[in-house]
Amino acid sequence: MRTLITPLATLRDRGRAMSVPQKLATAAAGAAAAALGATALEVRRRVADSDASPGSGIDLVRSVVARMTTPLLPDDYLHMINPLWSARELRGKVVEVRPETHDAATLVITPGWGFQASYQPGQYVGIGVSLDGKWHWRSYSISSAPDRAARGRGTITITVKAMPEGFMSEHLVRGLAPGTIVRLALPQGDFVLPDPPPAKLLFWTGGSGITPVMSMLRTLHRRGTMPDVVHIHAAPNRGQAIFRDERVALAGTHPTLRLVENFDDEHGILDVSKLEAACPDWRDRQTWVCGPAPMLEAAERHWESAGLGQALHLERFSAALTASAEGGHVVFAKSGREADLDGATTILEAGEAAGITMPFGCRMGICHTCVIPLKKGMVKDLRNGAEYQENQGVQTCVTAAAGDCVLEI
Amino acid sequence: MAISDVASFAHLSAADVEALGGEFDAIRRDIEAVRGEKDAAYIRRMIYIQRRLVVAARITLFASMFPPAWVAGTAMLAAGKILENMEIGHNVMHGQFDWMNDPEIHSGTWEWDTTCPAEQWKHSHNFLHHTFTNVIGKDNDVGYGILRVTSDQKWHPVNLGQPVYNALLALLFEWGVALHDLDIEAIRKGNKDPKEMKRQLKSIGRKVRRQVGKDYVIFPLLAGPAFATTLSANFTANIARNLWSYLIIFCGHFPDGAEKFDEEQLEHETKAEWYLRQLLGSANFEGSRLLHVMAGSLGYQIEHHLFPDLPCNRYPEMSVRVKALCEKYNLPYTTGPLHRQYGQVLRTLMKLSLPNKPAAPAPQRPARVGRPSPEELRQHRGPIPPQAAVA
Ligand SMILES: Cc1cc2nc3c(=O)[nH]c(=O)nc-3n(C[C@H](O)[C@H](O)[C@H](O)COP(=O)(O)OP(=O)(O)OC[C@H]3O[C@@H](n4cnc5c(N)ncnc54)[C@H](O)[C@@H]3O)c2cc1C
Ligand code: FES
Repeated sequence: MRTLITPLATLRDRGRAMSVPQKLATAAAGAAAAALGATALEVRRRVADSDASPGSGIDLVRSVVARMTTPLLPDDYLHMINPLWSARELRGKVVEVRPETHDAATLVITPGWGFQASYQPGQYVGIGVSLDGKWHWRSYSISSAPDRAARGRGTITITVKAMPEGFMSEHLVRGLAPGTIVRLALPQGDFVLPDPPPAKLLFWTGGSGITPVMSMLRTLHRRGTMPDVVHIHAAPNRGQAIFRDERVALAGTHPTLRLVENFDDEHGILDVSKLEAACPDWRDRQTWVCGPAPMLEAAERHWESAGLGQALHLERFSAALTASAEGGHVVFAKSGREADLDGATTILEAGEAAGITMPFGCRMGICHTCVIPLKKGMVKDLRNGAEYQENQGVQTCVTAAAGDCVLEI
Repeated sequence: MAISDVASFAHLSAADVEALGGEFDAIRRDIEAVRGEKDAAYIRRMIYIQRRLVVAARITLFASMFPPAWVAGTAMLAAGKILENMEIGHNVMHGQFDWMNDPEIHSGTWEWDTTCPAEQWKHSHNFLHHTFTNVIGKDNDVGYGILRVTSDQKWHPVNLGQPVYNALLALLFEWGVALHDLDIEAIRKGNKDPKEMKRQLKSIGRKVRRQVGKDYVIFPLLAGPAFATTLSANFTANIARNLWSYLIIFCGHFPDGAEKFDEEQLEHETKAEWYLRQLLGSANFEGSRLLHVMAGSLGYQIEHHLFPDLPCNRYPEMSVRVKALCEKYNLPYTTGPLHRQYGQVLRTLMKLSLPNKPAAPAPQRPARVGRPSPEELRQHRGPIPPQAAVA
């Protein structure tokens, strides 16, 4: 998952795909960020501390520019000219919102400096959108195929299905104006198409679970080397089947790609026995499954009981529902400690009880000394019940676990 | 003094104090409920204005051989530094905008344009000063370890030099702040951990190198023929920022009416009493919106101390409610024009450079007929339940 500073931390790896001015700015930021895997607190320290010794010509210019802008980074000024000219926080510009079905849309995003164009088909990105002043983060699989030829100047697409009462997905599908600047986290995930792909594949997708597989299909199509692929896709009805025209066209172009469609209103729900009928040689295929939770569970059981767990790759879109949970299992990631908490013990107390040197000041929620990035899960503010989700710093002295969570300390 | 000895507080019962605490909590909840795009836009706009000012200043100073350019550039740079330190840096580092979940405007990542490393500032200021506000012996901001600001501090012949120290501190304020977290008092008494001191000094040294390098080496060198005038402009801007921040900050806790407390106060202090201590220990000043922005909203020192991590752009509306509460509970709300507040600070500093006058008739405390004694009060409240510190 994305941490507060992922973009800074990985700046150095990104130099290759960038133009010279980009390189200058990112390099300066990189000098400031110095090493990998820092916490937000460490980055701040680094920004203050960086004293990179000038080496080559570019290094010299870079270190001079950063010394002119200290304690800020060149990026902090450049993004005022163009919002995409900053690698301090990865940014992207939504250039188009393309409706796919009545409740799904594809967002075409031009990433700013520092974004890796070399993602693997099947990976997802974190997208941060500012709503009423606050940045909210969700993950979305990239539905486009990586385009190495674009050399960092291309676009990526994500495809979002509006969930009923979904906070972010509704906004992305129906409320996002083209031109909006979003934040991005680097592509990640191991639900990916190997290169070269196996000789025989099965894709089983349901609903919006098509997105990562679409990226794989598009990649195979672009390379012009379609192996033996069976793609079974389930949707509530014809109208709600995302990318239907394109998938049908692909199957027409590539004889080795067989498309099996299941529309719940016409064919009934697709279960494992139907799946076996549609693809009798499923045992011989490396399989990628993405869709609603019950579908994933069915697949997992089925492949496990056949002793074929190794051949199965799953992508889950939803984590366990934790919103109303009280307490939970807390992992302190860096120190490798864990604890089971009730809903009244603060994270700070728990960390200390687990033997971790937790930062703290007032212990009453006013000084913000105790802020630690929450990497996964949710915590609740004991003062007002406010909930904080992953990817933000939380005041450990006044928050308790609301379900299982992971803290970066 | 302990809170229960503060005259202006003596008329409140324990139940009154808790009720008042509840009213302050309600103000916090109301602001938390409405903070959103408006507040985010405010801080972003401040940051944009400040960065544009600085860029404009630096460019203008390339022509600083011409006196009008020198004056304009210096003024913009000073304004930029003041805005950055006061309205932006100080407030962002308090976590007032952490709720935006924007790592670029976050207390955990902000580094400000002054020689004091953010990390040390957050310890000495956010934690020590804001938690132990005005508690002599705990809050090093009570006189900053070099000034005698209350007659409760013992007089020493060294204090005779107070007018001079005060002037020097004003001019070199940035450097005073940079060294503040080292805790001069602890060093003097010899109970500072040398390892910690070395670490702190190293971190200050690095920050100082970069700050000094920028203002006194890189920009003057880049200006070529304008080397000397750029140098003098940058120097002047830094001094102007020092004087201004000194002025504002001294008006926060040293004017008449801002109470000091002793360590006894901290024992068994409830959240409500903590609020009261913040209220009684701070002083506001009055002025235009521009003055308040340039003062980092510290003209609302009282609101700032009651709610240090709520967005500063909300202080004006909070002040209306805080003032009303003070009237309701018959409590002082210390404020006045900036010049008067500073006049009082100066008078106190001068007066306290001399030993206390042998107390003639002891100052009359208001009669406490029918009120429980401080001891009784404390027993009534009992120990704080563990949640009270949090709730
Ligand atoms: C790796 C990954 C890739 C993803 N890729 C995509 C993608 O390509 N396309 C896409 O549309 N989405 C994708 N998602 C899901 C996406 O991140 C959001 O979860 C989804 O868009 C809903 O967000 P929201 O803010 O609208 O939902 P919320 O407002 O958080 O909730 C949405 C709705 O679901 C309910 N709900 C919330 N959580 C759960 C839960 N755990 N189980 C059941 N119901 C729940 C709520 O009550 C509400 O009705 C992906 C998720 C992950 C983890
Ligand atoms: S320790 Fe001060 S806010 Fe948590």
